[in-house]
Amino acid sequence: MPPPDAGTAPAGFTITVDGEPVPVRAGQTVAGALLAAGRRTTRFTRFGERPRGVFCGIGVCFDCLVTHNGVPGVRACLEPAAPGDTVRTQHGAGEVRT
Amino acid sequence: MTGRAAGRLVVVGAGPAGLAAAVAAADAGATVTVVDLGQRPGGQYLRQPLVAGVPPARHSRRAETLLGRALAHRRITFLARHQVWWAGTDATPADGAAPPAPGAGPAGGAPAPGAGPHGGTSAPGGVTLRLLGPAGPVTLTAPAVVLAPGGYDRVVPFPGWDLPGVVTAGAAQALAKGQGVLVGRRVLVAGTGPFLLTVAAGLARAGARVAAVVEAAPLRRWARQPRAVVGAPGKLVEAARYLATLRRYGVPVRRGRAVTEVTPDGDGLRATIRRVDAGWRPAGGGTRTARVDAVCVGHGFTPSIELAVALGCATRVDPADGSPVVAVDGLGRSSVPGVLVAGEATGVGGAELAISTGELAGLAAAHRLGLLDDAALARTAAPALRRAAGQRRFAAALHRAYPVPDGWTGWLRPETVLCRCEEVTAGELRGAVRRYGVDDVRALKLVTRIGMGPCQGRVCGRAATCLLAAASGRDQPPEAFANRQIVMPVPLGAVAEEGTPQ
Amino acid sequence: MARVFDVAIVGAGIVGAACAYACARRGLSVVVLERAGLLAGATGSGEGNLLVSDKLPGPELELALLSNALWRRWAAELAGRYGDLELEPKGGLVVTATAAGLARLRATADDQAAAGVRVEPVDADGLREHEPAIAPGLAGGVRYPQDMQLMPARAAVALLAAARDRGADVRLRTEVTALRRDATGAVTGVETGAGPVTARRVVNAAGAWAGELAGPLGAAVPVTPRRGFILVTEPIPPLVRHKVYSADYLENVASDDAGLQNSTVVEGTPAGTILIGATRELVGFDRRPNPEAVRRLARGAVRLFPALARVRLLRVYHGFRPFSPDHLPVLGPDPRAPGLVHAHGHEGAGIGLAPVTGHLVAQVVTGEAPDVDLRPFDPSRFAVAEGSSRAAA
Repeated sequence: MPPPDAGTAPAGFTITVDGEPVPVRAGQTVAGALLAAGRRTTRFTRFGERPRGVFCGIGVCFDCLVTHNGVPGVRACLEPAAPGDTVRTQHGAGEVRT
Repeated sequence: MTGRAAGRLVVVGAGPAGLAAAVAAADAGATVTVVDLGQRPGGQYLRQPLVAGVPPARHSRRAETLLGRALAHRRITFLARHQVWWAGTDATPADGAAPPAPGAGPAGGAPAPGAGPHGGTSAPGGVTLRLLGPAGPVTLTAPAVVLAPGGYDRVVPFPGWDLPGVVTAGAAQALAKGQGVLVGRRVLVAGTGPFLLTVAAGLARAGARVAAVVEAAPLRRWARQPRAVVGAPGKLVEAARYLATLRRYGVPVRRGRAVTEVTPDGDGLRATIRRVDAGWRPAGGGTRTARVDAVCVGHGFTPSIELAVALGCATRVDPADGSPVVAVDGLGRSSVPGVLVAGEATGVGGAELAISTGELAGLAAAHRLGLLDDAALARTAAPALRRAAGQRRFAAALHRAYPVPDGWTGWLRPETVLCRCEEVTAGELRGAVRRYGVDDVRALKLVTRIGMGPCQGRVCGRAATCLLAAASGRDQPPEAFANRQIVMPVPLGAVAEEGTPQ
Repeated sequence: MARVFDVAIVGAGIVGAACAYACARRGLSVVVLERAGLLAGATGSGEGNLLVSDKLPGPELELALLSNALWRRWAAELAGRYGDLELEPKGGLVVTATAAGLARLRATADDQAAAGVRVEPVDADGLREHEPAIAPGLAGGVRYPQDMQLMPARAAVALLAAARDRGADVRLRTEVTALRRDATGAVTGVETGAGPVTARRVVNAAGAWAGELAGPLGAAVPVTPRRGFILVTEPIPPLVRHKVYSADYLENVASDDAGLQNSTVVEGTPAGTILIGATRELVGFDRRPNPEAVRRLARGAVRLFPALARVRLLRVYHGFRPFSPDHLPVLGPDPRAPGLVHAHGHEGAGIGLAPVTGHLVAQVVTGEAPDVDLRPFDPSRFAVAEGSSRAAA
């Protein structure tokens, strides 16, 4: 398995979350960066608009969904954060781009 | 990418069981591809830091050695960040041992439509796995596979368990170990089982203020398990080390108590901690609350059996903890020839047992591939078989000491969310039983949508099954939620592209 | 000592449930005998189609038109007390890629219009107006405003609960093993695994198992299972407004081919999921997965709605439609066994045709003149030689 590209990724960078910059340490997932920044809510549910965030942390529960670079329903706990990423708190099922 | 695996064996899961299987089979001469969803091999137990500066966690020497050997092995290739979403056997007429002919096509000789009655005479000639990775879909076909998918935290529902900041114990550990991220500054670790101590100690070392470990089981149960404990002295040393760490950081361990409710409190959470009896019913008195940033919860583990179920492997209920597991023989051979299963999917027992069962499955796979004869298999398997027996005894004793009795159902309110994906409440489950006479899992899913969301019932299935049994008065097979032909959600585009016409 | 029921209904799927409700609301005493659990058969595996668009002028279309009106009434009747059946009068949209296909589609629509179906021709631009996410390049289609959809599982359990509240006795996991008849040959009830049940009339509403059941009941019908797969996606915001399907669906519905046939049917649900059909195969009760069917369904859906390529597939399931060789339901009294009534063979239209079937069965049971001429659906119309041997294969 290839090790992370330590040579190409910067040690630290920022991503944009709901329009605000959030710092990332290289190697962190979107969920890791959000939690490190004190952001616990990744989405609001479809029916009850209940806030949700990281639960299982390993890609099983699909609770930490965010809209990542325009794609809704991305598991923040699995998605490596990359420079320039745009993340939005997801409302309901998000939007499907046509 | 479509085609046959570079080698003859595919291992699903790069945790302790998968690594051990890969090394054992590769040592016997097999060429092995290990696929895993994670970014780096190790699984949950041997999770490797993804972020520079995060100190690697300490593991058993056997596990560390194993990881090193697997990474260095010439005949082992890793396929990281690959999610298996489909598993199928290739039915071939009569002789099941024959792998599909080369160039059998991208479907890998999948059963032709209308191939005729399946009288049970055809046996699988190989296994086809469809995966999705960062670069797109991949199809692997192999005459034998070892499934070592592990498991995930089991959490029983309680009011507020779906609030942000309530996380599984495993999530808290994964974030700390892998990324140096704390789920909160002040945290509570609650549930049952020795894993809570591991997680709490790790969080304390990483800088969290652990308000307490809230353990539902009373201490005295251990006194009844002398034989198993004597058989695993290393485990006692490990537990003592975690307890010493917790003492050092001033973390109290409160036994016979449970977090039965969490509510939002400003920026944080307020957890209700109640004294509970052996059946987890509130025991009266001693109710207190704690204000924390996060509550890390674990009530044991749920084995991940859906891949094996999709391949048609027989399952059974593990008497040790009531979990549905894959039925295997002592060497990890399932009811489907060529499908071997190791680790937690065959019974929750921890990393050391996973290594033993992984090694055995790897050897059995090599035997199946013709790389070991009967005598060589018996000889090479003997040490791991002996280890596994003792480890299994210890695991069973742990399950007896840390059971999950049904009293948690009394913590629920009608409006407590049970199915987190579809937001179905406990009251709706009971209403479906009362109003419509729903009395099995299929009808429950269809009528209420419990377990129909993206997690496919992984998180709530066990709890829903338990509540349904209580409400309907009918026993429910615990594996009823594990039948997922689509093993993990996958974009339709990948499904459509898969194996474009010949 | 044994209670005598007016009618014993074999099968608690949507058709059995509709028969139970229709009979119970007329005051008949009803027992429903279900071999398995609730929703164990095709009702739990269907899309919930209430279609007029896929039927050519003839006796089945007549049933469909009546049934759609009945569903609206029943859904309203049941809604308060028995839950939302998620009835959506959203209309169907049949589309085609070629000018020749469009000409054929329009000709069919003209015939249907003459038989009382409301049809609205749609040109290529019109398609995008009705379905903004549909793929470009289609030639056009026909919109059928009467087509509807409901949630079949909820509908079936609601009908059963409503029947139960009117006195019906619903017995799950009770297998019928034989028909009981008196010296004159008239039906007096059934034998079950849990003992005899006495009833004046017996209704075979066993769906795809009707052919197997017909043997023990002493009146063979050549109804066999026709397997279908459906894909279900994750919930997404509204994307597909109608039930949208390709024109070849019509041909597949009408065909007798045993091999795998597929056409593309895409629709949303109130739960937010997208349902993707439809395949048809005559392979007996084969429960094995068919990766080729899954692939073709996904491909068809993505071609029709390209945005679906990024939407995740969550589930694949299959069901067994009750296939009747002449594509007409088997419905009405069986002249070979006085007291035996058939209510099956609807193939993929069982959800849609359930209310009218229940209504007609209730009329037969009470001795009223049925609202529809039942002769085309006569259970004894098939050659006896065919028997139910295919079902056993």
